[in-house]
Amino acid sequence: MELERKLEILADAAKYDASCASSGGARKDSRGGKGVGSTGGAGICHSYAPDGRCISLLKVLLTNACLYDCHYCINRRSSNVQRARFTVEEVVGLTLEFYKRNYIEGLFLSSGIIQSADHTMELVVSVARQLREVHDFRGYIHLKTIPEASPALIELAGKYADRISINIELPTQKGLNALAPEKNLERTQDAMGWIREKIDEGRERRRSQSGRGGSLEGTLAPGLERKKLGKAVPFATGQSTQMLVGADSSPDAVLLERADLLYRDYRLRRVYYSGFSPIPEPSVRLPVKPPPLVREHRLYQADWLLRFYGFDVRELTSPEQPDLDLQLDPKLAWALKNRAWFPADVNRAPREVLLRVPGLGVRNVERILSARRTTRLRLADLVRLRVPMRKVLPFIVAADHHPAKQGLDSESLRARFLPPPKQLELVFERGPELWLPEPAELETARSGEI
Amino acid sequence: MRVVRMEGLGFDEWRNMARELLAEAVPPDGVLWMEEPGLFGQNGVEVADQAREPNGKVRVPATFFDQAKTAAAHRSPERWGLLYRIVWRLSRSEERGLLGCATDPDIRALDHLVRAVRRDIHKMHAFVRFRRVGMREDREQYVSWFEPEHRIVRLAAGFFQKRFTGMDWSILTPDECVHWDGTRLQFTPGVERSAAPEPDELEELWRAYYRSIFNPARLKVKAMQSEMPKKYWANLPEAELIGELIAQSRGRVEDMLAAEERPVKPEPRNAYLKSLRERTEGGEATDPGDVS
Ligand code: SF4
Repeated sequence: MELERKLEILADAAKYDASCASSGGARKDSRGGKGVGSTGGAGICHSYAPDGRCISLLKVLLTNACLYDCHYCINRRSSNVQRARFTVEEVVGLTLEFYKRNYIEGLFLSSGIIQSADHTMELVVSVARQLREVHDFRGYIHLKTIPEASPALIELAGKYADRISINIELPTQKGLNALAPEKNLERTQDAMGWIREKIDEGRERRRSQSGRGGSLEGTLAPGLERKKLGKAVPFATGQSTQMLVGADSSPDAVLLERADLLYRDYRLRRVYYSGFSPIPEPSVRLPVKPPPLVREHRLYQADWLLRFYGFDVRELTSPEQPDLDLQLDPKLAWALKNRAWFPADVNRAPREVLLRVPGLGVRNVERILSARRTTRLRLADLVRLRVPMRKVLPFIVAADHHPAKQGLDSESLRARFLPPPKQLELVFERGPELWLPEPAELETARSGEI
Repeated sequence: MRVVRMEGLGFDEWRNMARELLAEAVPPDGVLWMEEPGLFGQNGVEVADQAREPNGKVRVPATFFDQAKTAAAHRSPERWGLLYRIVWRLSRSEERGLLGCATDPDIRALDHLVRAVRRDIHKMHAFVRFRRVGMREDREQYVSWFEPEHRIVRLAAGFFQKRFTGMDWSILTPDECVHWDGTRLQFTPGVERSAAPEPDELEELWRAYYRSIFNPARLKVKAMQSEMPKKYWANLPEAELIGELIAQSRGRVEDMLAAEERPVKPEPRNAYLKSLRERTEGGEATDPGDVS
């Protein structure tokens, strides 16, 4: 098979994995080396596909042959998709050639499972090893890891990669039993816990090497002893995962609780939410109809609120309403239900309260806090900060603005923020382009930033 | 009214001039910063002024100089006057908190320029496409043609130097070109588009990748365009596919939705799969933790 055909098949097979971020690698570059590559800071999106997704990495599978039968996946063994397999050298070559032309930040390599977890993992690792050791490649490498692979192989993967990840896929074992019978949540989380220890260990080592470590005691993950640190190998700086949305019946509350647990207990950098998308080889066990794209978007927004705005899962969903409101962003939805918090005085309210005002992002909250040291903020000042005025006005007090009390309490407030009726066509049947988020939402569609 | 001619000049010349004007206590509305040739007097007459040694020290926060240097790369003709007004306010009017005051119109304007330039630098880092043109001994040589919105070649060059140390490369632009040979960066005057290199054979593979990584079930054209505006498309080899991908997407999705569901195939004989099943022997696997 020609290389171009293989590339088509194995990129097509990898595209349902949402994570493409290349940020957060340790700072390194190619000076003093014999090859190319640099990482550090925010990764770069070198292109965008018409699906709005960032193209940052060469995202491919080593092979799309697979022993597993995950029903949401085009590569499952029951699918009749055409199979292909790269050689290690082919992936190495494509990565380098694309990189040198500035098409990509690096490689995101995953694979269908062939023979066994260890056999597959060995092949994946050998691509990264060649890139690093033979070609002195210092660009970004993200390796997908199989939780059942032996710790020695995962450790090796972490040694060569900037990021490693294991997809959790579904938030409950019940869901996995039905749709991905070979996958096991407990083993996945165990592997994540083990990887977290390695990442912490690597961070401590880097810190102590650069002399900024201070006391190591008390900051190490439990079970690590000081003497181990000296000889530990370098290790990836972060791990991430992906959960599928709408493939099983889990409501948003369950997805967000699982994500919250992964952030807190396993220190994941990112949880990606990937709305289940129709595939060319549909399974009898899965709904044909995908969830509305906006559901995934709302999950990213809620995820952002958990991580940067001080919200708790239980504030965003409840047993009575376990799903996020599709029509309003989760912060606005929360504010409309918790009107006692408002209006918040932009000249006096503490940061935690300002962060909860619909329409105020982290950056603008910081700007407000710094500007109000020297002036009393008026509405014109907020306009200059490009705060979305229509959204914030009912929720704030400024030097020259007091919202009408009854306005805030009135039930019409929700109606006021609802999108016009034609945009509620969120179903898929009538063509993919019917629902397009508003421009302001677009910028944040992937990041979830509000 | 003092007239300062800035055409073809940059931040360093502006800084020298600003020091001098401050030392002479010339207020911002007493200076006209000109960039268009031929409007006032003769070209170059006032430029001669700038060769003079700056006198007098002006103290402004270091962060301002970084921002000013960035803003100076913007093509807006108003930037020099704006920068001078801010320096004046910082030093002469002693408005110490000025830089932190995000609501001040001058600071907003500065921030606006800085952000536009940073964005342009970021897009240059993203959208430069190198084409392989040959070898020099054992070093590969690459050339790119790029059209930045602002005058950012110098600000953007360091990134390429650090990333592509191991190869020779040149980036050609209408304003200025930059070249790396493994030891130093060199800058030469801008060139015409006709100097752009011939297409690279790898571009066919890159387009194959672009075509395959696109998911037609998630068409979001506006999201793509807000990040990759059309003005950049001319120099992106993959951009020629955008039209056809969009046009085909609806049909492709309809085919997927209409596809017949595939039956489940039996588990193949495999020792590893068998071992997985044995690990959860004694019933179905259940959730770890308390998520239900
Ligand atoms: S393990 Fe499951 S999700 Fe991964 S390639 Fe195989 S079938 Fe697809």
